[in-house]
Amino acid sequence: MTNTAPLKDELSCLFREFIQSEYVIDDDETLKPYECDGLSMYTQLPMLVVLPETVEQVQKVLKICHEKQVPVVARGAGTGLAAGAMPHAEGVVLSLAKFNNILSIDPINRSARLQPGVRNLAISEAAKMYGLYYGPDPSSQIACTIGGNVAENSGGVHCLKYGLTVHNLLSVDLLTVEGERITIGSDGLDSCGMDLLALITGSEGLLGIVIEVQVKLLPIPETARVVMAGFGNVQQCGEAVSGIIAKGIIPGGLEMMDSYAISASEDYAKAGYPIDAAALLLCEVDGTKEEVQAHIEEVQALFKSFGATSIRTSQSEEERALLWFGRKAAFPAVGRISPDYYCMDGTIPRSQLAYVLTEMQKMSERYGLKIANVFHAGDGNLHPLILFDANVPGEFEKAEAFGGEILELCVAVGGCITGEHGVGIEKIRQMIVQFSDEELAQFHAIKDAFDPQGTLNPGKGVPTLKRCQEYRVLQSAKERSLGSINESGAHNHV
Amino acid sequence: MSDISLELQAQVTNAIKNNQPLTIKGGGSKSFMGRETDKSLQILDVSGHSGIVNYEPVELILTARAGTPLIEIENALAENNQMLAFEPPHFSNSATLGGTLACNQSGPGRPWYGSIRDHVLGIRLINGTGKHLRFGGQVMKNVAGYDVSRLQAGAMGTLGVITEVSLKILPKPKAQVTLTWELSAADALQKMNRLAGTSKPLTAACWVNGRLYVRLSGAQSAVDATATQWKGNELEQIGSFWMQLREHSLACFDPSLPLWRFSINSAAKLNHIDDHSIIDWGGSQRWFSGHAEKKEMQQLAIKAGGQVSLFSGGDREDVMHEPQSALKALQKNIKKSFDPAGIFNPGRVYKWM
Repeated sequence: MTNTAPLKDELSCLFREFIQSEYVIDDDETLKPYECDGLSMYTQLPMLVVLPETVEQVQKVLKICHEKQVPVVARGAGTGLAAGAMPHAEGVVLSLAKFNNILSIDPINRSARLQPGVRNLAISEAAKMYGLYYGPDPSSQIACTIGGNVAENSGGVHCLKYGLTVHNLLSVDLLTVEGERITIGSDGLDSCGMDLLALITGSEGLLGIVIEVQVKLLPIPETARVVMAGFGNVQQCGEAVSGIIAKGIIPGGLEMMDSYAISASEDYAKAGYPIDAAALLLCEVDGTKEEVQAHIEEVQALFKSFGATSIRTSQSEEERALLWFGRKAAFPAVGRISPDYYCMDGTIPRSQLAYVLTEMQKMSERYGLKIANVFHAGDGNLHPLILFDANVPGEFEKAEAFGGEILELCVAVGGCITGEHGVGIEKIRQMIVQFSDEELAQFHAIKDAFDPQGTLNPGKGVPTLKRCQEYRVLQSAKERSLGSINESGAHNHV
Repeated sequence: MSDISLELQAQVTNAIKNNQPLTIKGGGSKSFMGRETDKSLQILDVSGHSGIVNYEPVELILTARAGTPLIEIENALAENNQMLAFEPPHFSNSATLGGTLACNQSGPGRPWYGSIRDHVLGIRLINGTGKHLRFGGQVMKNVAGYDVSRLQAGAMGTLGVITEVSLKILPKPKAQVTLTWELSAADALQKMNRLAGTSKPLTAACWVNGRLYVRLSGAQSAVDATATQWKGNELEQIGSFWMQLREHSLACFDPSLPLWRFSINSAAKLNHIDDHSIIDWGGSQRWFSGHAEKKEMQQLAIKAGGQVSLFSGGDREDVMHEPQSALKALQKNIKKSFDPAGIFNPGRVYKWM
């Protein structure tokens, strides 16, 4: 490891020329809280943390780091679940926490201009007085910031109907690696030429620093109701999900939990979940009163026809909130029954739900680690929670291997390794399962187009081709010893 | 109905070797868009690469080769009461899926249903090193790697040859009603924006020739209740009106004049232009037929928070909104990252790319 001390001193001095002294953090004790993001198993102390307060300061930081070829890792609230904001040992963490102002809300054309550090939920809270809200609602919405949402293309429980972050943006102001400000997008719905806004969204801080975001706002639905149904087996539950879609109903949210998640959540949230059910569905229908009434009746009938063992429909706003509370509390509820848990994030075709659940159960037995399943069933986005104890030596590594195997299974059945959490460092090994070296080479070429020196969030998102070779050797050795994961084609490249 | 990707790949490889730029062509329905390019360039014909590869109504997903005609896809979807919710304009029966993505074409429902780029889940693409690559996937959510699929929307083939597209499909609404009111452009703009701010089943809003047209789609009871509440005149034969708007076949589109397209703030006023324009997308897209200086149009668009392009006719030398210089440099770099030899549709979007 290189000795960073002289560089650290030099940079601290430089930064303190234009940033308030206490917002340039260089002592280990104060650096400590920045060592990880929401994936707390991956830690690394940065060389420095800076918390600039103006765009000009951010530009200067970038310019200096660019000249000195120092890695820059942007950070919002640090709620990411893939170690995308984990610091670089020889780099600067650029915290955008001070940029937490809502710059303007335009109720007429239904949009909001935001600084990157504005919390996701704060947008909807501010827009409420105009009867508007911001669509994407990741589970961390109380804390996560819009800048981070853009970086990860965050989703949430309502994205089957209202889309991911990428569907709800009008423009992004980006600072390039040199610190130059560019506006991508406009007040209009599209721009001439290639869709740069889409390219930036979900780029995990590898292409530039988001310094301003303009989002679309949606009218708050007149009403919303939830139908909760318990099923005796996972198969029926999976079929009911497909059944709703086949009927032509796009629910606002369609969530599934398995028996272990149901009982953990019920113990904690007391929402009245059917604890004897093998699987549970929460189906939210929103829109006008008439539409909701019509769809609720259809959904109830449909659940019955797929063999639901219990059906409960929210009769009030309080009851709707309570039913959702159980789902939203699933993660902390699991946290209560297990010292640690590891949240995965793969996407599969809906038709593979039951198969994948069964396979994961087998893996769970093989690894000797319990698993609780919470899904965005409507869009096939799995969030298996692997339960483990970090204090037991080797158990995290086991959980990690288990998680990796789940993601590879997702790819094998025609899905992908991340639906909404991003790749970060966590899933970088699985990138080679989803992409060929030629595809990864195209990603690297894109990265070079923005950041030829590779100083923006290095080591994240896209594995270097050298590491790919190493992973592929490991991978084929593993496959030889385990046999192919799935005969129907573990890799969907032709 | 065949897979000719290997031949396409071979042609691209050849073109790279001989440093011979290509004009990518599907059904040729959108050849009038973009800049006019060198007619002597060799043509890479993608129309033979056609056919629906995978369609699973219950998954709401369809994958088709880029040369598949839109009509073929729409017919297959209609059998299952499903649709391409972005309502792509065709401009000719030969319009293909690949061209629709490359030109980022979406119809009247765009502000509510989303555009083609919003519905794209994944693509296959032959890049400028002759590699046939796959990005995105056939699932609803996928954030692994950069979003190369949606990046293609509007790139007009300058980043590679799109060979396959996977799309999100939506069910057709059970009921539809169109309401109309006689209104000035300014009043219509105000009303469109106000209605769009309410939680009603609005799926299109446009102003043509002194009349505001608003489309409601969804459950019968919801459409009926909103129609009663909003009290407009109900339009008969609603399908054909929205189709004609989408296809620019309404009488007010004068094909003998240059057609300008503004993509701007939905509530912005375009002063002397609004009264003579067609206002679609609830105000976000405006069409103006007439001779004008591009520079002036561009200034108007910027003031209105957006961009302008010369959609058809007129001087085809300079047709796209000129980006700021840093953005220009960035686009050049990205182009180079896909197409280092510069063989794909050179000069189609911008003279400098």
